[in-house]
Amino acid sequence: MKRLSTLILSLLAIATAHADEVQVAVAANFTGPMQVISVLFERDTGHKASLSFGSTGKFYAQIVNGAPFQVLLSADDETPAKLVKEGHAVAGTPFTYAIGKLVLWSADAKLVDARGEVLKKGGFKHLSLANPKTAPYGKAGMQVMTQLGVAESIKPLLVQGENISQTHQFIATGAAELGFIAYSQVIKNGAIGSGSGWLVPANLYDPIRQDAVILAKGKDKPAAVALMNYLKGEKALAVIKSFGYELR
Amino acid sequence: MDGINARFKLDWPGFTLDVDLALPGRGVTALFGHSGSGKTTLLRCLAGLERPSHGRLEFKGKIWQDENTWLPTHQRPIGYVFQEASLFAHLNVLGNLNFGLKRSATAQRVGLEQAIELLGIGHLLARKPDTLSGGERQRVGIARALAVGPEILLMDEPLAALDLKRKQEILPYLERLHDELAIPVIYVSHSPDEVARLADHIVAMDGGRVVADGPLVETLARLDLPIRLGEDVGVVLDATVGTVDTEWHLARVDFAGGSLWTRDRGVPTGKHVRVRVLARDVSLAVHHPEPSSIQNVLDGTVESMGDDDHPGLLLVRVQIGASQLVARLTRRSAAQLGIAPGLPVSVQIKSVALME
Amino acid sequence: MLTDSDLQAIWLTTRLAGITTLILLLVGTPIAWRLARSRSWWKGPLGAVVALPLVLPPSVLGFYLLLTMGPHGPVGQLTASLGLGTLPFTFWGLVVASSFYSLPFMVQPLQSAFESIGERPLEVAATLRASPLDTFFSVVLPLAKPGFITASVLTFAHTVGEFGVVLMIGGNIPGVTRVASVQIYDHVEAMEYADAHRLAAVMLIFSFTVLLAMYTRRPKPARGD
Repeated sequence: MKRLSTLILSLLAIATAHADEVQVAVAANFTGPMQVISVLFERDTGHKASLSFGSTGKFYAQIVNGAPFQVLLSADDETPAKLVKEGHAVAGTPFTYAIGKLVLWSADAKLVDARGEVLKKGGFKHLSLANPKTAPYGKAGMQVMTQLGVAESIKPLLVQGENISQTHQFIATGAAELGFIAYSQVIKNGAIGSGSGWLVPANLYDPIRQDAVILAKGKDKPAAVALMNYLKGEKALAVIKSFGYELR
Repeated sequence: MDGINARFKLDWPGFTLDVDLALPGRGVTALFGHSGSGKTTLLRCLAGLERPSHGRLEFKGKIWQDENTWLPTHQRPIGYVFQEASLFAHLNVLGNLNFGLKRSATAQRVGLEQAIELLGIGHLLARKPDTLSGGERQRVGIARALAVGPEILLMDEPLAALDLKRKQEILPYLERLHDELAIPVIYVSHSPDEVARLADHIVAMDGGRVVADGPLVETLARLDLPIRLGEDVGVVLDATVGTVDTEWHLARVDFAGGSLWTRDRGVPTGKHVRVRVLARDVSLAVHHPEPSSIQNVLDGTVESMGDDDHPGLLLVRVQIGASQLVARLTRRSAAQLGIAPGLPVSVQIKSVALME
Repeated sequence: MLTDSDLQAIWLTTRLAGITTLILLLVGTPIAWRLARSRSWWKGPLGAVVALPLVLPPSVLGFYLLLTMGPHGPVGQLTASLGLGTLPFTFWGLVVASSFYSLPFMVQPLQSAFESIGERPLEVAATLRASPLDTFFSVVLPLAKPGFITASVLTFAHTVGEFGVVLMIGGNIPGVTRVASVQIYDHVEAMEYADAHRLAAVMLIFSFTVLLAMYTRRPKPARGD
């Protein structure tokens, strides 16, 4: 009797494994590439990826408090490590799926020069960046300004976006003349699509390692494992690269 | 020149007011009619609370409204008493009385002191309106309107919202106003009893139009009054108290044409009073009647006859000296008695209401 | 117990709510008066516009305010040409945004207070020689006092509780636009849960106290009998 029920359960597990669904929390800066990758993923594996976009800090709070996410694509490498340590994520699963690139961008086609001299010259009222305390791209932006020695002079002009998407919105509407955002947000056909921008050299800030991790709710879920593997595959890497991220 | 000339035309959905009136500049004029007759609307037009599309209003030689002129309510020298006293809830009685007084530049014909005394509200001054009875509230409302020293007092059914007991409480004060105020009063009412007690002049209204207009005594004696009064058909006589019979507790009042006995209500001899005689209390006899319980029997002559509300009834106007009474008879008894103009008759009066 | 930046956020929030309430008392009173008195065709549209912030997501209001007050928007160009700069990311920008966002909380209680007074006390005042303006101050204001208290308290509390719009146009600048609700959000985002708890508790107690005071206040009749 016990054997029979075990058999039925494993049969059910196999049956459902073929069309599983995975709940994914995606850092806002990775919105563009992930929308493309999820389509490919569904087509190639038959699994479905249900995506939520937002700030990593908010996702952390939600995951700790029982949100049903199975995979987190973080904007940093600290949050996944923290989640593993606290038992909310599966040990051994974190890996760097992309390394973010920072850009100083303006909707005005003339404002930002190719070497970022505008930071020293000034001539703007507001510089926007994501909250440095919580957003990796914001933190990177602060590091750049510190390295260049302009952090103190620009500090009164800083306006913070709640996350990298809102920061982009501040700049795109012209409310802030320029700001630090992710290259992935403005890239089009391998270059900055509109306005003007400065792709900040990687030596001016710590690498923005974006790690993915399987969360406790995704443990042993075939679709979660499949997604993690898919992110390491050629097709996904090509997409990630096309959005201006470095690869590991 | 010292009267009020009013012409208003007002079109509302379902109601039209169309009047052209000359009102006396003294005494109490009653705007009388059933509800919906337009009497309150007319009063509001006089006060400037309604602004009719076409209108002309002249008060004692001054234009308040015509094609080019519009005097807003707060600039008209009026006193206005609303149906519900409408006291300001955030002020006490004295605050209510002072409200208009502080803002009025016109001469204090009836000063605050006099108004307080006239309405008997001296003991209420510190009270808040919500602690007053309905009658007290209305007395304060009247005093408040008088305290601004108005040149005319407009009253919109000040007793209508009160029960009988409260009415009886206020009526004596209104009668005092009638006697003591030098300014004209326009008094809206649907109660024939109030009108008979208080008015000198009556404007009867129906369907937004004036249907009768004249001095009270003459107008009430008209048989062709176009508004239905039912049991209240009757006349009012101006009289003076002749003698008081202390043994029988009766008083004799004398009017132009005769005398009537009525219950003594303590009115001193020589005092001017008003007597109301309802048509239903008057009967006619062709011969001098046998002695009966009816005390008041007068000699008169049939003056004219008119239709009553009911086809079986008839109104007969009888001349007694210089005065007139109206009697209500059945058509059959009128026919049997051969009632016709010029016929001498004995007039028996069952009941007389004495109004101070 | 609270950090300096928390206290700064609370003081900023109080100032924002206080100034917004004052401005809305001045702006909202005539609007509420017109809405309560008028029978004209524009009463419906005006009432609907005033009520919009009740149903609009703060993100919609914040987005449009950002666009119109930014350097390319009509309001932004006006303020810039007046030498005032642009309003997003400034304290006065938040005041403008809060004034829109909290408008119904001022106008609607006032409107119903004015409506419950009715026509009669105004007519009485006119017959007692009071001009319309005089009537407003000597009769309407005292009779509508409970309505004014309710409206002011609701406006203040609602502005204190505002988050979405501030986030959209504030830029999270300490001492300028980082109000208490944003500060709490920041604490949560930064995983500083203990700090978030303390400030959140302050907000909770404030809001509850305000509402408790409102709901237990003895209702007074607002009309002259």
